Amino acid sequence: MNKTLAGIKVIELAQFISGPYCGLLLGGLGAEVTKIEEPGVGDISRRCGPFLDNRPHPDQSGLFIYLNRNKRGITLDIKKPIGRQILIDLLKDANVLIEDMPPQLAQRFKLEYEHLKEVNPQLIVVSITPFGQTGPYRDYKAYAINASGIGGMSCIIGDPKREPLTPPFSLGNFQTGIIAANAVMFALMAQKRIGKGQHIDISEAESWAIFHTGNVVSSFIYSGRKRTRTGHRTPSPYPYTILPCKDGYISMIALRGSEWKRFLEIVGDGKVPEWYSSDERFQDRLIAGQRYADILDNLLAPWLMAHTKKEIFRRCREEHVPFTPVRNMGEVVNCEHLNQRGYFKEIDYLGEKKFKVPGPPVRFSRNLWNLNKPAPSLSEHNVEVYTQDLGYNQDKLVQLQNSDII
Amino acid sequence: MSTYALEGYRIIDFGWAAAAPRATCLLADMGAEVIKVETSKRPDPVRFGPDNLTRDPEMDPLFHSINRNKLGILLDLTRPQAIELIKRLIKISDVVVENFSSGIMKRFGLDYDELRKIKSDIIMISFPGVGSEGLLADVVTYGPSLAGLGGLDSMVGYEGERVLGMQQAYADINAALHGAFAIQIALYHRQRYGEGQHIEVAQLETLLSTMPEPVLAYSMNRKILGTVGNFNYMMAPHNNYRCQGEDKWVSIAVLTEEEWESFCKAIGNPPWTEKQEFADSYKRLMNRKELDGLINEWTITKTPNEVMEILQKAGVAATPCEDTEDRFLNPHFQEREILIDVEHPATGVDWVPNVICKLSETPGGIRKPAPRWGEHNDYVFGELLGLSKEEIERLVQDKVIF
Repeated sequence: MNKTLAGIKVIELAQFISGPYCGLLLGGLGAEVTKIEEPGVGDISRRCGPFLDNRPHPDQSGLFIYLNRNKRGITLDIKKPIGRQILIDLLKDANVLIEDMPPQLAQRFKLEYEHLKEVNPQLIVVSITPFGQTGPYRDYKAYAINASGIGGMSCIIGDPKREPLTPPFSLGNFQTGIIAANAVMFALMAQKRIGKGQHIDISEAESWAIFHTGNVVSSFIYSGRKRTRTGHRTPSPYPYTILPCKDGYISMIALRGSEWKRFLEIVGDGKVPEWYSSDERFQDRLIAGQRYADILDNLLAPWLMAHTKKEIFRRCREEHVPFTPVRNMGEVVNCEHLNQRGYFKEIDYLGEKKFKVPGPPVRFSRNLWNLNKPAPSLSEHNVEVYTQDLGYNQDKLVQLQNSDII
Repeated sequence: MSTYALEGYRIIDFGWAAAAPRATCLLADMGAEVIKVETSKRPDPVRFGPDNLTRDPEMDPLFHSINRNKLGILLDLTRPQAIELIKRLIKISDVVVENFSSGIMKRFGLDYDELRKIKSDIIMISFPGVGSEGLLADVVTYGPSLAGLGGLDSMVGYEGERVLGMQQAYADINAALHGAFAIQIALYHRQRYGEGQHIEVAQLETLLSTMPEPVLAYSMNRKILGTVGNFNYMMAPHNNYRCQGEDKWVSIAVLTEEEWESFCKAIGNPPWTEKQEFADSYKRLMNRKELDGLINEWTITKTPNEVMEILQKAGVAATPCEDTEDRFLNPHFQEREILIDVEHPATGVDWVPNVICKLSETPGGIRKPAPRWGEHNDYVFGELLGLSKEEIERLVQDKVIF
């Protein structure tokens, strides 16, 4: 059992990844997380999959199962006034609300922080939206590709002549989720000192624009240099690149000249190959990386294409060259190192099959993460939450069900 | 009333390069007293990064960005007297942060077991690339190569074409964010239960925890994804489209039927939008290449901002792909002050990223610029440890501190 956040009650009125990942982290460390979903519809990640054998089912989406372990799940229609009143009842006794309503909607529903703090001054409210609670884009929409676009990530991935590439999958949403989790902890740490809760404004675009891509702005101001797309390499001292080999790709980054020399000695069977040592163009690694990288790529190709990822990785490890294989997801999931460390967790699927999900992101020596309770089916904990937590009687429950509030 | 959430906590930060310094940066922004320990023999390579064109250790913009709000001390950690000073400092601190290669802290006599002897409830956090134990524990990794080992790079490239990779330290920054959270969890735990602990952020694992979709695609269905480009299996249109101007692009993403209809209307309902090939989301996904080509014909006549205005007004998600200059000049980001100017004695003014989230009551903030080499030796050794001027001078003469 993890007791770190025991007794902290979190209401999660958020879907897809950003808010739910924040809830997952808090729940995994002992908080009691109650997830609110729209009746009959549920979290959009219930429809995202992957699904076993590609058979969709709202309670069997891999993404939903991963993100919502250890949470209680209830349904509640906050578009209806009674639904909102019930939400307020839940918030009276809660410590944290994670919400991702568009700011306009929160305003219309009178669920803004200004109202919520009247109900419960100790409440910590984390608002997660694409652009934050203020500014001219406040009410704009953005999916992951839009957030990474304006956040400055896409323009540095891909070929310089072709369209920018967004980071694959939902990395940006996970960045938002962990930032939100940090913010909740800031507020919990502050609470003892200031004696009350507070409002936290988190923007998905800023999850990229501040911490990931914001650090280059001084360089731009000083030198006018803009980072752009540079294909399979970065114009740093050569090599900082990904090159093909016999059966895949090798990630080749040598920050130290000594590392690079040792690799060249592997290629040249004990000594740096003549074609390298005799060529003036390659002697300054920065100049080589910026001007002659294509030539070097081609000269290395025959050796790389004659060796497998495994062979190259083995030789590099022996010689302390920090080059690594670009592994595919099969190789990653079957990785002996990760499995020996017990990183992946197995989840029961429909009571028969088991499959691996990523484990917790961080290891604490004091206590294990609590992530064994499966994700809730839609409305699974309605009775528990509405009768035990809120004290509604059976009649009221039936009435709420019949009017599609829950 | 204090405006800093983490005021009163002291963190000894051996972090260098990327992951650990960024983690402590978050905490320093919130008021923690972070003392950055630099060793004379091995300076933080970020002081001499690619954007520092002067090679002056006080002129690196990235260093200034991720080390603001911190205090800096400089000593020679190979000297036993320096280790003694560090131990005295740890005795009056809450957290020790390090991202050396494994074994280094032990060589200094500063591994977790030793730290506990100095202060029983100390919190220590380490950031090994692939983990301190296991078959690959000896492998040296850099942030960008972790994206290769973790499978992320294998999917970055144009759909079905060669691997290009992320070409940046996503894994490092991701680890930093999780590390800052973990430190706070450990502080909260200590507050409640009086216990310290050791945290391990194995950056490879932390990376994988943020990419469950491809892990699950394999573990559930044995499906191995190759390069995915801008493909998204739930959305079409979903791409970056070329606009007027040099290297100008706009991202457009459409999920629901309602958004599709708004999109068609906003671009003036050209006849092709009526085509059978685009009649529903599945068909649009199947015929996405043709669809993208047609959308490009529309976007190329406009600037990214024009496309954003037209589509956002219609409730469709569209944003420019912004570079450094675009973001610096962006009116929304300016109003929200995501970048902020800080005076620095060496550079005059640094523009650095602001605090990562906006808290209403304890917003944190940037109180001071990144430390110059050994800038706070006098404060730390004099005021905090109570050494006399003479003692400090002797340590300087002996080249223990600088």
